[in-house]
Amino acid sequence: MPGSATANGFLLVLAVILPFAGVLVSLALGGRNAERVALIVMPAGLAIALAIVVAVWRTGNALQYFVGNWKPPLGVAFRADGLSAVMILTSALLICGIGLFARAQFSTPRGAEARAPLVFWTLLLAVWGALNGVFIGGDLFNLYVALELLTFAAVPLVSLDGRAETLAAALRYLLFALLGSILYLLGAALLYGAYGTLDIVLLSARIHAQPVAWAAISLMTVGLLAKAALYPFHLWLPPAHAGAPAPASALLSGLVVKAPFFLVVRLWFDVMPGMPERATAQILGVLGAAAIIFGSVVALRQARLKLLIAYSTVAQIGYLFLMFPLAVRPEGGYPWSTAAWTGGILQAISHAFAKAAMFMAAGLIAEALGHDRIAGLSGIGRALPITVLAFGLSGLSLMGLPPSGGFVAKAMLLTGAVAEGQWWWALVVLVGGLLAGGYVFLVLARALGDPIEPLRLSAQVSRRRQAVVMAVALCAILLGFAPLRPSDFLQIGRPDTGIVGLR
Amino acid sequence: MNAATLYGLCSAVLVGLGLYGLIMHPEPLRKILAFNLIGGGVFLLFGVVARRGAAAGFGGDPVPQALVITGLVVAFASTALALALLVRLSSEPGRANLPSEGSGEEPMGGGPL
Repeated sequence: MPGSATANGFLLVLAVILPFAGVLVSLALGGRNAERVALIVMPAGLAIALAIVVAVWRTGNALQYFVGNWKPPLGVAFRADGLSAVMILTSALLICGIGLFARAQFSTPRGAEARAPLVFWTLLLAVWGALNGVFIGGDLFNLYVALELLTFAAVPLVSLDGRAETLAAALRYLLFALLGSILYLLGAALLYGAYGTLDIVLLSARIHAQPVAWAAISLMTVGLLAKAALYPFHLWLPPAHAGAPAPASALLSGLVVKAPFFLVVRLWFDVMPGMPERATAQILGVLGAAAIIFGSVVALRQARLKLLIAYSTVAQIGYLFLMFPLAVRPEGGYPWSTAAWTGGILQAISHAFAKAAMFMAAGLIAEALGHDRIAGLSGIGRALPITVLAFGLSGLSLMGLPPSGGFVAKAMLLTGAVAEGQWWWALVVLVGGLLAGGYVFLVLARALGDPIEPLRLSAQVSRRRQAVVMAVALCAILLGFAPLRPSDFLQIGRPDTGIVGLR
Repeated sequence: MNAATLYGLCSAVLVGLGLYGLIMHPEPLRKILAFNLIGGGVFLLFGVVARRGAAAGFGGDPVPQALVITGLVVAFASTALALALLVRLSSEPGRANLPSEGSGEEPMGGGPL
């Protein structure tokens, strides 16, 4: 049974309501106040995220809230387990970082109202609310609505500058996302028809291996993969993420693609914990491996910095899906007590910080130089040392070198691969790390080299913005001090929190 | 064959037609219309589920009907957003015509989607 509402459950409601209240207030007050509203909402939202993490930590149980006090199956549940709490905190930290970084680029103009700042600040808050909705949703249809809100908030961010290329990229992103969400909804309809509920906890007790369940889960998974841009659904991602303004790219690449991944984790490990076979999970692993190899190789061949980083996102998303063949049906123990499961989640979090820092660093470099051609980066290391250092540190995490969150994540995926006797995934992780080293080195070698003619900066970049990028990159590095074992906190709220050790 | 099965088959046909259109047609407007066709199929399926009474055990389960209304609103909003983007794109200079197959210029890029 779904249990009862917990005392701190109202925090979950606040986490969703506060950003959306900010959106409404911004729209009501008009463009000149949007930035101010966002700057007020950001610390409050961060405080709520911290309170949720503390509450989950203290009680050792998932937070629950029933909307209108109606219990499922009649009502809708909000639920935050350890995994949700971690994702909520990650998004809160990152959105505050991105907001501070974006202040210079989307500052409110004096005098006439401008459209770009209004749209950016309201959509930043809308993305935040939608992300929190995805992380705490306990009902598959509610999750569909949250996912759609996220799409509607994310797509216009791509085309903020209104150029034809970015409009086309946004439209393409939207079409992929719509296909994904309608397939997800079709799966949800089938599940409701077969089992009479969409609540995750109730459904996990009723679902069993039947053709209708398999059809529904396959449709939903494929739809979510299209939104997560896993190879071969990655076509929309590079133009969209590379074309967006730097803060928006950081938001899209760091957080927005993690939401559908989070839902795939929910589906495979929470909705149908005992159902998937290892052989089925291998498909996701193969797609992930293809994404790693393809994305990294194409990234190596890019001439423009932002496109290189976007293709690197395609590759890093691949790592997330390596956790499925390694964590589904481990020999003894639960999926979430394996090293690979924790490794996959850590990869999602560390990539969020590393990739956001990288896109923001690339934005500063492009601003200072007036272009982002990799061939023309020579000497930028001397002009913007902090930015280039932040780029290098986040590159460390992408490659998987210690000390960085990426290292811990990839080391745990490797451990999982060896423990489960599936050495081929270890090979993919190692080759992917090598290729990532290649494309990060490609950029750094240029940036640290001496220019042929003295470097002329087309704009000055303030020390404060560089410091924000550095702080976000340091978050990715600090995650490297996470212990190399299945995390107790991530297992809060799961059926059995027994730890089987480093498997 | 009862009515529920018939409508279920109809919804499957609609989803199939829509998927074909979404994947095979290069023009964005057709893709948007195809998406709406899939949406129609999915909403019809919700109707079938309601008729068969999945949870309540009697015909006319109200929950899927509530879900359909929300789904319709979401589909309407996404269609509006997609059309707004398309209108803006087609009004850009140099892109007066919607890209068509074989014109050599395809802002949607290569690939099936």
